Amino acid sequence: MNGCRPVLIAFVLLCLSAPSFAQSKAKAQNVPEIPYDSVANFFKTPANIYFGEGIGVATNSKGHVFVYTRSGETRLFEFDQNGNFVREVGQGLYGLVFAHAVRVDKDDNVWVVDEGSNMVIKFNPAGRVAMTLGRRPEAVEELTNFTGQGSAPNSNRPYSFNRPTDVGWDAQGNIFVTDGYGDNRVVKYDKNGRFIKSAGTQGTGPGQLRLPHTMAMDAQGNVYIGDRSNARVQVWDNDLNPKAIYDQVGNPWAVCISPPPHQYLFVSNSVPDNGDSRAAAQTGEIYKMELDGTIVGRFGKAGKALKEFSTVHEIDCRNPNELFVSEITAWRVQKILLRPQTAKPSDGSRSRAPVAPEH
Amino acid sequence: MKLPLASRTLNGLVASAALAYGASLVAQSVPDIPFDATVDLLKLPDNMYLGEVAGVASNSKGHIFVYTRTGAPGATVGSSRTFYKGGSRLFEFDQSGRFVREIGQGVYGFNFAQAARVDPQDNLWLVDQGSSNVMKFDSDGRLQLVLSRKPEAISVRPTAGGAGRGGAPPEGRGGVPPEGRGAQPDGRGAGGPPPEGRGPSNPGAGAPAAQTGGGRFGIPGPPGSGIPGDSFNRTADVTWDRAGNIYVADGASRTAGNARIAKFDKDGHFIRSWGSRGSDPGQFNGIRGIVIDAQGNLYVADAGNQRIQVFDSDGNLKSQIQNVGVPSALCITSGALQYLYSSNSNDPETLDNGEIYKIALDGRIIGKFGRAGKLPKEFGMVNSLDCRNENELLVGELTNWRVQKVTLRAAR
Repeated sequence: MNGCRPVLIAFVLLCLSAPSFAQSKAKAQNVPEIPYDSVANFFKTPANIYFGEGIGVATNSKGHVFVYTRSGETRLFEFDQNGNFVREVGQGLYGLVFAHAVRVDKDDNVWVVDEGSNMVIKFNPAGRVAMTLGRRPEAVEELTNFTGQGSAPNSNRPYSFNRPTDVGWDAQGNIFVTDGYGDNRVVKYDKNGRFIKSAGTQGTGPGQLRLPHTMAMDAQGNVYIGDRSNARVQVWDNDLNPKAIYDQVGNPWAVCISPPPHQYLFVSNSVPDNGDSRAAAQTGEIYKMELDGTIVGRFGKAGKALKEFSTVHEIDCRNPNELFVSEITAWRVQKILLRPQTAKPSDGSRSRAPVAPEH
Repeated sequence: MKLPLASRTLNGLVASAALAYGASLVAQSVPDIPFDATVDLLKLPDNMYLGEVAGVASNSKGHIFVYTRTGAPGATVGSSRTFYKGGSRLFEFDQSGRFVREIGQGVYGFNFAQAARVDPQDNLWLVDQGSSNVMKFDSDGRLQLVLSRKPEAISVRPTAGGAGRGGAPPEGRGGVPPEGRGAQPDGRGAGGPPPEGRGPSNPGAGAPAAQTGGGRFGIPGPPGSGIPGDSFNRTADVTWDRAGNIYVADGASRTAGNARIAKFDKDGHFIRSWGSRGSDPGQFNGIRGIVIDAQGNLYVADAGNQRIQVFDSDGNLKSQIQNVGVPSALCITSGALQYLYSSNSNDPETLDNGEIYKIALDGRIIGKFGRAGKLPKEFGMVNSLDCRNENELLVGELTNWRVQKVTLRAAR
């Protein structure tokens, strides 16, 4: 009945044992290493177009790659499958303020999540705005209330966000938004953008969140939430009820689920590699997992060199053996090629912790 | 449920129904007007986008002007002061929706778009809530007249912990009085706008000394009544009479700034102003639009009081129109038999309401169409209506970032 209790205790101990590290060393031990390469200089940007912090990356069905970056302005770039620059989308758009995530839905619509404008914006494949969720606060109000510190935590409003982080969809087209730095909840809308429900409060219990930073959905419509500050991935069902907790893989900054039939879950235990070098030494890796939480393997470590990861912020895994990872501190996106594993996952790496609902 | 006051202009049957059952039932009894809508009338060049469409207006040739909150509004740090630049753009399209040009790129007062209107001579008037300016452009796009003055700098509060808008209700977006909005170069500080929730004040009683009027320090008068001149605060809309006199709705906020109508001659000389913040007849709380009929009667969308107030051109109150929800955008048709359209726009936290009413000038509600939402034929926080043609409306939406062209069909 209390399957979550050991998880909580373990988390508290972890905090006590390493109070100076915001970032957790993953609990999973003896995880097989997955051999991999990084494709150098994949993206060919035109002169005077630069990536800033590599915040979001996503591919569409044609293999085009969308990069959402905090540059001089927050900008959205499209590249073809060979890394050639295609175009910029949304230049000067009212909702592009401070990038957080980009995702592509099954119809090749491109969705950006912007934590500066507090908006989720859907572009159709032609690059035109098809839907907005949330509303940028009115400048005429904000400029007179200029704390710079954000506002309204846990305000839990149906049609506004507080630094939202990610977006996903189920097979019916329902829209799920993780929201976010301020509100610690997941919000569900129908495909036309009408509010259905939201769930989640700030805390450490099952169904509670401390910074839902990233999200992915499986083919059954379950929601995998990177509960970053709680150092766990939470799995919720389509009605936003807690189902499982995976707490072996550190602080999930970025999660991604590959397409059916055999879906994998990728989780990045990212680290601000400009921070404490002792934390960087034991984090920064990406895990490949089965949807039930079984760890298949891991690859990478923190750093700025090619094949190293400098605070991975989003992963694209449309092809589970050809990933794109966007990195904050190195201002780049890497294309990563996973090679076949030689070692098999060991039984000890299973980390699933079923959650019993508590009332 | 709060019962609305009986309208002076509704017929007795509807009025008594309103008293007995409340506004929602009355609204249900209003016939639905069948309509079609297109969301892709306007074609923008690559990498140009509409943001929140605050103002949309057509001229006599059918060209369409869109005043939109877009781009990257920014605060620029200067020598101990912070300056606010950019934030809104003005686009012109032809009658088929083809992009013609941008007008006023980089104009000083284009900060937080609120309204666009075209006068009978095809001059284009823009109203900006941020700069407080009303700006008149001729049909060549040349600036002809500027009313009010943009505050030189904005007040940037120190980053104090817990100074955010924590736990504020949706309306709380405007709950903090805009410090410094009214700061003037001559050293007059910002006045104290009335706190949220203050009850209606009596405009005839005179304000206590501590309650500085007009949102400006040191100016006597009831809250929101402004100064006798063209110093606006949260400017909402503009219209003109046959003599060319200018009427400015000042202002749009329910919590801060002015709450009055100001009248000027055609050259911008101040004539008079009327109104103050409150809910009594002749008072205002969040003005969202002003239009004028052929007889010179003014129709003022008093959103916070859920009514349209009708004045003569000297500011005498003639009647009120109620039971149309929260009037958030107004337009009036031309021709011998004129009609009003008024949008009961949704607020940012719901997709409720959103219908647009067609109203006879005597206050009779003819019909309604539409509802809030994000699909075509649905509306997202309508802020602007253009109805040069009685059955072809342009609808400017804030949250859906678009202009819909609505065609009304004859009721079956």
